[in-house]
Amino acid sequence: MRYAVYRLLQAVPVFVATTFLIYAMVWSLPGDPILALAGDKPLPESVIRTLRAQYNLDEPLIVQYGLYMAGVFLRGDLGQTFTGQEVSELLQDRWAVTAQLAATAWIFELVVGIALGVVAGLRRGKMADTAVLAGTTFVIAVPVFVVGYTAQIVFGLNLGLFPTAGTDEGWPYSYLLPGMVLGSFGLAYVARLTRTSVVENLRADYVRTAAAKGMPRSRIIGRHALRNSLIPVVTYLGIDIGNLMAGAVVTEGIFNLPGIGQQVFQSIQLQEGPVVVGVITLLVMIFMAANLVVDLLYGVLDPRIRRG
Amino acid sequence: MTVVRKSRGAAVLLAAALAVSACGGSGGDTGGSGGDQGGQAAAQFSVALTEPDHLTPGNTSSSYSITVLQALFDTLVVIDPSGKPQMRAAESVTSDDQQTWTIKVKSGQKFHNGEAVTAESFADAWNAAAYGPNAWTNNYYFANVEGYDKLNPEAEGAKPETDKLSGLKVVDPATLEVRLTAPFSQFPITLAYTGFAPMPKAAFADLKAFDQKPIGNGPFALDGEWSHNQQIKLKRFEGYAGPRPAKAGGVLFKIYASRDTAYTDLRANKVDLLQTIPPASASEAGKLLGERFVPTPSGTMDYLGFPVYDKRFQSADLRKAFSMAIDRQGIVDAVFNGAFKPMASLVAPLVPGYRENACGEACVYDPAKAKALFDKAGGFSGTLQLYFSNADPSYEQWMQAVANQLKQNLGVADIQFRKIPAADYLSTLREHRQEGPYRNNWVMDYPSPQNYLESMWGEGNRMGWESKAFTDLIAQANAAPSMEASIPLYQQAEDLALAEMPMIPLWNWQDQAGYSNRIGGVKIDAYSPNLDTITVK
Repeated sequence: MRYAVYRLLQAVPVFVATTFLIYAMVWSLPGDPILALAGDKPLPESVIRTLRAQYNLDEPLIVQYGLYMAGVFLRGDLGQTFTGQEVSELLQDRWAVTAQLAATAWIFELVVGIALGVVAGLRRGKMADTAVLAGTTFVIAVPVFVVGYTAQIVFGLNLGLFPTAGTDEGWPYSYLLPGMVLGSFGLAYVARLTRTSVVENLRADYVRTAAAKGMPRSRIIGRHALRNSLIPVVTYLGIDIGNLMAGAVVTEGIFNLPGIGQQVFQSIQLQEGPVVVGVITLLVMIFMAANLVVDLLYGVLDPRIRRG
Repeated sequence: MTVVRKSRGAAVLLAAALAVSACGGSGGDTGGSGGDQGGQAAAQFSVALTEPDHLTPGNTSSSYSITVLQALFDTLVVIDPSGKPQMRAAESVTSDDQQTWTIKVKSGQKFHNGEAVTAESFADAWNAAAYGPNAWTNNYYFANVEGYDKLNPEAEGAKPETDKLSGLKVVDPATLEVRLTAPFSQFPITLAYTGFAPMPKAAFADLKAFDQKPIGNGPFALDGEWSHNQQIKLKRFEGYAGPRPAKAGGVLFKIYASRDTAYTDLRANKVDLLQTIPPASASEAGKLLGERFVPTPSGTMDYLGFPVYDKRFQSADLRKAFSMAIDRQGIVDAVFNGAFKPMASLVAPLVPGYRENACGEACVYDPAKAKALFDKAGGFSGTLQLYFSNADPSYEQWMQAVANQLKQNLGVADIQFRKIPAADYLSTLREHRQEGPYRNNWVMDYPSPQNYLESMWGEGNRMGWESKAFTDLIAQANAAPSMEASIPLYQQAEDLALAEMPMIPLWNWQDQAGYSNRIGGVKIDAYSPNLDTITVK
């Protein structure tokens, strides 16, 4: 309990530092977001001035940041995009899409990844192991946009097994294909991690001891070896929740899912500070929460950590 | 006019799709036998779109917004496929001196909320757009209306004393009088731009709500709110009394973040109309879609501008030598699949007054003559820097081709690329920070030579080029008694700009649209997708 509170307190400086850094980085991008709004056409001075004032762009960086944070905490106001949409509203819509996509991908890599890893680990050096190694190497080597477009054309367009794009059909159908594409890299990683860990644990002293004492193999593997093998995998899966949320830019683009990744990408291009900071802040919080959960989970898997 | 102003590179598409479900354009409502006119509620089609920025006519110049606005609003004037203005919401637009214009509004027309469309609907909309503190994108289009200065005071922090343009006078419900600051013969054409669309009284009660759910006077009305990044749904406006009632029951704009995805959806029959097939997929789309693949001319042009304020680029002969050393056709074939058209004119082919060979020898690829002229002009020493933005990878591709040709044909050895972040590119040009030739792109606002010549070669241009003779000719043309009479004067101005060549024409863009076999009556032209003519089979 004390541990959890301590971890939460730690989050405060991390939170302030990250949001300020992000704000400063967006602010320091070259170019003038207001001028870019009108494209090639001139904008009269009066219009430029009004817009600058509206978004506090005429203030020094530290004041802009202060005003923004004051808005967030005093009024619960995350600011507006340059097109006048409320950031909070925008995030609400998009958040659901990204969460569903990330969840699909995460479940996929958890279930399939661990299963493949365990099978490969138990049959080290056999056909199944070689196949898993070759397959995962391939997936890690191929960039995600290649996997994405290929899957979309083959499974979506040619075979018609999945929708090609969009969220019209809701969860899970619309999210299956993009979820698998997004989760493929993590799946490969989880499978390899599980395999290595299983192989190591099967060679450990306690397994030999258990076998010598006549414990059935299924119980050795199920109760002891697997449980210990999962510690590094759980760490990875926890951190990966954040990665999946933040790293979906390419996948969301290919499958036209209006999620957070797409939004961040567009907002950085438009230099919309409030949106970028708003999204990143949420992502930072998710990363921190995921890490916390992982740390607490360790205890469940390994009592030694709990006591320490 | 239409048109957009955002870089194409960024873009995306959209598509619309019909029904929710999936695949294959819902065979369901096909049976309906000529179901256009009539009654089937389901007869809607989908159009791929990129997320618009705003849907208030005065506050957007994005082509994606304009596609939607053209279905929601009837402007006073429209441009027909031949580039001529035709009356739509207006009965007539006339002037004796090209400076004071009288607009007669057709009677009996209604907004989607039942309000009558009157001269005041236009005056209100234009006043709002011209009012500086509203900060609307199309503010600048009203700069030549008398009284504009009062709504946009120069001084820092000054508040406008009025929110009405003194140059707009509502004479009676059907008559609007517009006084300009100088004669402008092209005024009627500019009225086809969606930035000049009318707004109902109801809009001004809550402008923010209006932006989410605009109330127009066109053949389609909004059906529900704009669902950001997902879709915009329109239904046929049953109270429409204008000249172009909608044939289909509705339009669903499906918003895509990637053009390639929209194209995949078109192939999968999940969206019925896509206006921007990616150039790389054009030849494949041509084969797949057959006559449902529609190349449309566009007013968009690419140019190579020179910083004439820089000593090294002050010789017109040197600039012409660059022009003659560039193999336009070769670049168009290699980079754009041959889809664009090499240009020897400063205005696009669809603009009245276009002359195919206005430029003459100076735009013909001839390495030997180019080199001779280059040497005669004293050549070029030092580093040649080429400027373009990072908005689209094709910019760098064609700039590299240009650089290679300049190297080979003129012997310019030291060339560097200056790839500028998109957000900074236009301010670089505006502030004359470019130290070498730069990519200049123009998206047409309305089909008049004035739109090209005065905007790009007129006062305060990016090249730093000054010619009194040129500005005088433009002023004369603007004051000409009719559009026909203005053309020869614009052509003389064009000749002058070509003789001095501060900016060389490269090529004219072409758009490629495609549609599904579920719809018919597709009449896309350079000015509008004409969604009202589309029928659902």
